[in-house]
Amino acid sequence: QIFINNEWHDSVSGKKFAVFNPATEEKICDVEEGDKADVDKAVEAARKAFELGSTWRTMDASQRGRLLNKLADLVERDRLILATMEAINGGKLFSNAYLLDLGACINSLRYCAGWADKNHGRTIPMDGNFFTFTRHEPIGVCGQIIPWNFPLVMFAWKIAPALCCGNTVVVKPAEQTPLTALYMGSLIKEAGFPPGVVNIVPGFGPTAGAAISHHMDVDKVAFTGSTEVGKLIKEAAGKSNLKRVTLELGGKSPMVVFADADLDAAVEFAHVGLFYHQGQCCIAASRIFVEEPIYEEFVRRSIERAKKYTLGNPLLPSVQQGPQIDKDQFQKILELIESGKKEGAKLECGGGPWGNKGYFIQPTVFSNVTDDMRIAKEEIFGPVQQIMKFKTTDEVIRRANNTTYGLAAAVFTKDIEKAMTFTAALQAGTVWVNCYSSLSAQCPFGGFKMSGNGREM
Amino acid sequence: MAALNGAVENGQPERKAPPLPRPLRGLEVEYTKIFINNEWHDSTSGKKFPTYNPSTLEKICDIEEGDKPDVDNAVEAAKAAFQRGSPWREMDALSRGRLLHKLADLLERDRVILATLETMDTGKPFLQAYFIDLEGCIKTLRYYAGWADKIQGRTIPVDENFVCFTRHEPMGVCGAITPWNFPLLMLVWKMAPALCCGNTLVIKPAEQTPLTSLYIGSLIKEVGFPPGVVNIVPGYGPTAGAAISTHHSIDKIAFTGSTKVGKLIKEAASKSNLKRVTLELGGKNPCIVCADADLDLAVECAHQGVFFNQGQCCTAASRVFVEEQIYPEFVKRSVEYAKKRLVGDPFDARTEQGPQIDQKQFDKILELIESGKKEGAKLECGGLAIEDRGLFIKPTVFSEVTDNMRIAKEEIFGPVQPIMKFKSIEEVIRRANNTEYGLTAAVFTKNLDRALTLASALQSGTVWINCYNALYAQAPFGGFKMSGNGREL
Repeated sequence: QIFINNEWHDSVSGKKFAVFNPATEEKICDVEEGDKADVDKAVEAARKAFELGSTWRTMDASQRGRLLNKLADLVERDRLILATMEAINGGKLFSNAYLLDLGACINSLRYCAGWADKNHGRTIPMDGNFFTFTRHEPIGVCGQIIPWNFPLVMFAWKIAPALCCGNTVVVKPAEQTPLTALYMGSLIKEAGFPPGVVNIVPGFGPTAGAAISHHMDVDKVAFTGSTEVGKLIKEAAGKSNLKRVTLELGGKSPMVVFADADLDAAVEFAHVGLFYHQGQCCIAASRIFVEEPIYEEFVRRSIERAKKYTLGNPLLPSVQQGPQIDKDQFQKILELIESGKKEGAKLECGGGPWGNKGYFIQPTVFSNVTDDMRIAKEEIFGPVQQIMKFKTTDEVIRRANNTTYGLAAAVFTKDIEKAMTFTAALQAGTVWVNCYSSLSAQCPFGGFKMSGNGREM
Repeated sequence: MAALNGAVENGQPERKAPPLPRPLRGLEVEYTKIFINNEWHDSTSGKKFPTYNPSTLEKICDIEEGDKPDVDNAVEAAKAAFQRGSPWREMDALSRGRLLHKLADLLERDRVILATLETMDTGKPFLQAYFIDLEGCIKTLRYYAGWADKIQGRTIPVDENFVCFTRHEPMGVCGAITPWNFPLLMLVWKMAPALCCGNTLVIKPAEQTPLTSLYIGSLIKEVGFPPGVVNIVPGYGPTAGAAISTHHSIDKIAFTGSTKVGKLIKEAASKSNLKRVTLELGGKNPCIVCADADLDLAVECAHQGVFFNQGQCCTAASRVFVEEQIYPEFVKRSVEYAKKRLVGDPFDARTEQGPQIDQKQFDKILELIESGKKEGAKLECGGLAIEDRGLFIKPTVFSEVTDNMRIAKEEIFGPVQPIMKFKSIEEVIRRANNTEYGLTAAVFTKNLDRALTLASALQSGTVWINCYNALYAQAPFGGFKMSGNGREL
């Protein structure tokens, strides 16, 4: 149901929508479908909870921190339930959900809990006989629209900083994966957050999501998802009330491997960097540039690594790859794989669907990929690895930066000069050196160019 | 005191103040073209547009009219200047700072010329242009010159065995669209931080007031900024301005102007390439005077706060809330001040108020004044234009203003002071915050508790206590709600 003011509500319209298990294509359950009317109620509750003199506004900052820590305790207590739910709803490997997703969620909550009473302003030596200081105040009601690839982690990344600073939130989880967000509603109530501080309205983008981005009483919207929808959200913000906007969008992140790299490490990081969670990561290493001398060997080892996969029910410990999230994504990925074949890339392994039930796609590797191919330009968001060749540093810098995206990048080399040149030259929010996908609650994250506006954490 | 004031004559310290600067009568406008790559260009279309002196309503000169092709050329130049390995990218941060200091030096050298041009183009009193606008410009440039080599990132103790650090990098090509109320100052507020951090710029000054911005182009070249680092394209909003906000190679846009246009810019940024956006928009700023305030100080600050620059300030104190007990006295003294305000030729050293910027603004202000009369506010003084030619409006004071009147809700941007009454602090907080704007606010009181409570409760980017318009390079500036996104300075 819809979570407003620490209570569970039916949708105003009476409508529900179905939530599915992508491994079996079977319906899990129905969820109340929030639309504009429900968003309005949620915003009203959030606005009231934010009023001057309210419980939330008058609470000590340190106490806000304690509530976030309590929430983290409850997530730890119910870790098994949440991980199972996330795996079933998201098609996520259970071991990853339990260890990595839940781990990141708990860490983010605890990290932000610690910041709550350390949000410093400054005193400023201004000209003239004045006493000048800045005060960091909460923005107000924050709308947060969450994606389906890491539902619980993205939920925590959004609410933790917002609550830490004293805001109130209206969250719309992705329609494919609302279950863990709604479960968090129950924990938020149990932890003792005042009513109205966190409100959760499941529903669809064009209805509930648009209601948030257009709302005249929402002070800020934070969105993680596709670049296409990100543009619509920023536009809506401009058209309505100039709400502040942060966006975490797509990527076509380059990974550059030099001949002097530790080859085993590079192959492994490239592999996990792309195939993790069925390729459904904004930071997926979806363009791998390998220096000519080691190209053949790199491709050979990458194929070996990809072939060793067991696909199947993500709850089983022996399974290494689960399904894609839904039919739309499934078809889009297969279409891009076909374009790769048509445009002349060399299909080394995989290249098609797997099994007769569920949205499974075989781990796919393309070599001899050139920059003008669609698989080299468009975000695939699936288990498809592109490996291209390069000769010189200047060339690869130019090619790596030649994209409207700019989320992450990586360089593998033992040469410190090359490493430092790359960290400066690459137009990416995060650059990894001799590693990939290292994300931690302590470190800011966000994109250059059309990969996003602003930073999280 | 003697040590500060220069020469000692006949054993007596010099007592006279230094003479007031004098404007340059008959100044010829030298720079009227589009500035790209440190060179002056005609417009691609061949078109020009006139710029007027609002005091005399005469044309000053014609300016090359930039449009999309000129913006494209400017962006290309800015992009090339930002390339990896370019002179600007390779320059030490400290050297960037030195260039900004040199630019400040040249502004000091040409201060009278610039103040004269600014007065010709905007109608603002010459002495204000000289002592306030130009002072702000020079100080802002020097402030940012000092920051250039102090843009620090951090090392971060992440989990596990990693070295993690942040690096603050320049964004790239920044588009800047500046307004007509403080043309040079707003240009420097945009330029100085951007250049300090190593970005390159494409600037479109307001079509009403391009002169000082173009003059700065000549100084930028003289100082030695590499070609393409600063480019200036005069033109109109719907053409040149729109070309900037929709451009796919511009990484960020900064705009100061009306909330209405600010929304269009943010929309255009979203529709094109998600360029980053900062906006400094309008305000309907509350000035709250409590019964225990220093009354003379409050009256004077409120007066200057609303009438400064002919009322054409985003920070104008355009809703004055006065506690009941002192209301009649406050209104009486405010009317005295308003009646004494000298309106006239901005080149005359005695003038405090010049003309409004153009016919459109003039008409809008008079329309709002009429609405005040119609909706039942009490017209205490002023309320009409001064002569039947020219854009001069009498300093106007309305009392008995209520929150639902148009003059209490809409931004007037003219010499009109609405004064309202309040009873309690909770009430005035609610009423002061009851607007979609949130740029600045002021509180006059001697009570520390009340001052700090109001400072936290008011939804404004800046809150002044027992002062007004205290704006200096060191303090950040920007709006809550629909007064803007982000902060400058």
